[in-house]
Amino acid sequence: MTMKIVDHKPALFKEGEKAKIAEKFPIGHYRVPMYVRGKTVLIVKNLGRHINPELEAFGKNAGDEEWYYQVTIPQKELWPDYEGKDDDLLEIEVFEPWLDPINNAL
Amino acid sequence: MNEHHHGHDHTDGHEHDHTPIVNEEKPGYYEILEISIRELLIEKGIIKADEVRKQIEVLDSRSPVLGSKLVVKAWLDPDFRVRLIHNGNAAAEEMGISIYDNTEFTILEDTPEVHHVIVCTLCSCYPRPILGLPPDWYKSKEYRARTVKEPRAVLAEFGTVISDDVQIVVQDSTASQRYMVLPLRPQGTENFTEAELESLVTRDTMIGVTIPRI
Repeated sequence: MTMKIVDHKPALFKEGEKAKIAEKFPIGHYRVPMYVRGKTVLIVKNLGRHINPELEAFGKNAGDEEWYYQVTIPQKELWPDYEGKDDDLLEIEVFEPWLDPINNAL
Repeated sequence: MNEHHHGHDHTDGHEHDHTPIVNEEKPGYYEILEISIRELLIEKGIIKADEVRKQIEVLDSRSPVLGSKLVVKAWLDPDFRVRLIHNGNAAAEEMGISIYDNTEFTILEDTPEVHHVIVCTLCSCYPRPILGLPPDWYKSKEYRARTVKEPRAVLAEFGTVISDDVQIVVQDSTASQRYMVLPLRPQGTENFTEAELESLVTRDTMIGVTIPRI
């Protein structure tokens, strides 16, 4: 018998693409600080699938894994009055459900 | 300093003049919650009191000495450096350091052009298996709020001035990854022994609020 492996949930984003962190304010345990919500980010690394701590916090920790990315945001985009080098960066990890696609063709 | 009050001489009996160590503070909400859950879990036989004690013992056995050994090995052994950057957990375990908490130990490699500094704005994520417990200032609201917003000013307050032509990358640690800075080996240390090098790699150099200096 041959088995065909189907990836039912491939990663939505590739390294080098841009995405937008969702601007939502749910109640509960969330690992996305307020100051990055709604910001455009650059995907720098796919960190693989990790257990989603937002559900794990409520005891759902079996098999609920989500794609997880290392992303960067230029400091000058986070803070309009940022004093420092133009290419200073903020780097942070974000789970895929918090990332919205933007038109990467632009 | 007042010599009379500083005296802590145990040879002359038991004349301690320091205040006795007491804990009169009432436990807070979360402390009561933790005690209640722990006692319930033990009562129901899900965990054992000895396991709790043992885990505290493991936590307390870790210190920045482990991190400085990893950094110095990476400075001296280019192959190890590659392995450490590629897979922090495997490289740490190769050195006998277990990553006991299901986190991914991740190295931020400084270069002459890039300086890294680590913060956890949401709480106190810290590579405890490698560096032990975080310092109090790392958990303070001031450090957490300001480091992501004005890293150069915060670093200057630590006595660390990062040149204007060096890029600063602030790493906000939020969930599964635990970060350690692999700082630059200072110039002039070519003839240093391993132990001498390790003494330069202090806790703060691995958080990124300072750099190794001779």
